[in-house]
Amino acid sequence: MSEAPVAPRPASADRVHPVDLDLLVTPPRARTGWRVLPARVLAMCAVELQKLRHDRTELYTRAVQPALWLLIFGETFTRIRAIPTGGIPYLDYLAPGIIAQSAMFIAIFYGIMIIWERDAGILTKLLVTPTPRAALITGKAFAAGVKALVQAVVVVLIAAALGVAMTWNPLRLLGVVVAVVLGSVFFSCLSMTIAGIVLTRDRLMGIGQAITMPLFFGSNALYPVSVMPGWLQAVSKVNPLSYQVDALRGLLLGTPSHLLLDFAVLPLAAAAGIASASSLLGRLAR
Amino acid sequence: MMGNVTYDDAPEPRAVICTGLAYSFAETKAVDGLDLSVRDGEVFGLLGPNGAGKTTAIRCITTLLPVPAGKIHVFGHDAARERMAVRRLLGYVPQQLSADSGLTGRENVALFARVFDVSRRERARRVEQALAAMDLTAAADRLARTYSGGMVRRLELAQALVSAPRLLILDEPTIGLDPIARTNVWEHIDIVRAATGMTVLVTTHYMDEADQYCDRVALMHRGRVHALGTPDELRRGLAERLGTEGPLPTLEDVFRDVAGSGLDDQAGDFRDVRSTRRTASRVG
Repeated sequence: MSEAPVAPRPASADRVHPVDLDLLVTPPRARTGWRVLPARVLAMCAVELQKLRHDRTELYTRAVQPALWLLIFGETFTRIRAIPTGGIPYLDYLAPGIIAQSAMFIAIFYGIMIIWERDAGILTKLLVTPTPRAALITGKAFAAGVKALVQAVVVVLIAAALGVAMTWNPLRLLGVVVAVVLGSVFFSCLSMTIAGIVLTRDRLMGIGQAITMPLFFGSNALYPVSVMPGWLQAVSKVNPLSYQVDALRGLLLGTPSHLLLDFAVLPLAAAAGIASASSLLGRLAR
Repeated sequence: MMGNVTYDDAPEPRAVICTGLAYSFAETKAVDGLDLSVRDGEVFGLLGPNGAGKTTAIRCITTLLPVPAGKIHVFGHDAARERMAVRRLLGYVPQQLSADSGLTGRENVALFARVFDVSRRERARRVEQALAAMDLTAAADRLARTYSGGMVRRLELAQALVSAPRLLILDEPTIGLDPIARTNVWEHIDIVRAATGMTVLVTTHYMDEADQYCDRVALMHRGRVHALGTPDELRRGLAERLGTEGPLPTLEDVFRDVAGSGLDDQAGDFRDVRSTRRTASRVG
């Protein structure tokens, strides 16, 4: 077709037999409509699990902090009995809060990975695939959810080992899975949104550090909302972590909670997060 | 200078048509009225020094950047309006080493099979073929972080090939590689092209590579194409114009001729150089 075809070069010596490339000339059939989103989410989650399988260091090191919270803070405050827990041991009360916290810590720094992937060219290449930006962000957010979920299992096991009485009802556990994943979707999208604004790892690191503590202490993870001063109660009301902890507590311990409200707020927060992170993803593509 | 640009209108199908493409970062005009036409099935080289606008042009064609002025068509699809349709036709290898070092070679390729909707039934075989085409079968289950620079590039080619693209876009595919690895990467590009007939659009600042491996080249400088043709045509053209005897001038001579002086002063800004060096050091 072209006037000056490249001269045939001698085949490399290491190529013993010609390779069959029949599949590489037929383009795959494109998924369309609603099927694209679950396919992309699945692809991103698969990658996350593959990475975890190759390198479990992070899983172990990230288990240290929640273990210490439960072991030191939990055991001590169980003795002090300073916090009104509605009649259950403080360690039990604390465990769902620490599950939510460790999931949030993973998610809130997920944006750093997005920036790293941008700098490495990985994100750039994904942006040139038939994947709408919202689908890419949703995929990444659920991948963060999967990672947080694996971490949550570790924390649940630690808590169980410390004698926390939790439910083993499969339906309730399914609810726990949904709550952990949706919370992580929101916090990872918050992180990716900030990543889209600040664009560098150092700045995101600083902001991440600055907001995790207020999010954690401004929630019902450590103590009931009723003991907070008025202004902090207001913070807790708009903090999705509170709803996540409320749901986890209700499901795992059977304490009085507002499951309907929790499972209304969490998907809404997740959807809002996905929308804002997707709208800023273009800045990372530049 | 612009008289050198030949805009061919042969009736063959076109892989890429760019008309009047312009793109600016702040005050810098990265691409400034680019006209380009890549024929179906050819290896087309976009040449120029750092900062000539090659990468920006590529990023517009791959739909990574919007098209603020001008038009881009990829096999008849508008790059600004039919992004998804264009992306399905593309295999893209960016300048940076973009394989995920925490995954195995096979997993890296499988990810791209997944996001291009390769069916479950076909996935394993397709991934296998893409890896085999790049001679990576033996290393397929090793983590990519254990690969050499040349192997990573071949892995990225396998990632791009798994979706059977009609247009392969390579941004500086051999940057930072040693001469043997460079030849090896080009040999693999050739094998795939011979087997699949896909069009290849490649940017490089290695003029010797372009001379040897490209069917046609466009010399780009300050956001525009300053000369276009087969490497041979361009070199003969310059020899005739200069009236020199003996060995033909090189593509580099042609480039100096069309770009004129001041080449060295503005060859790439700080960011360009930094990213190039970073890639080079990661490959090295």
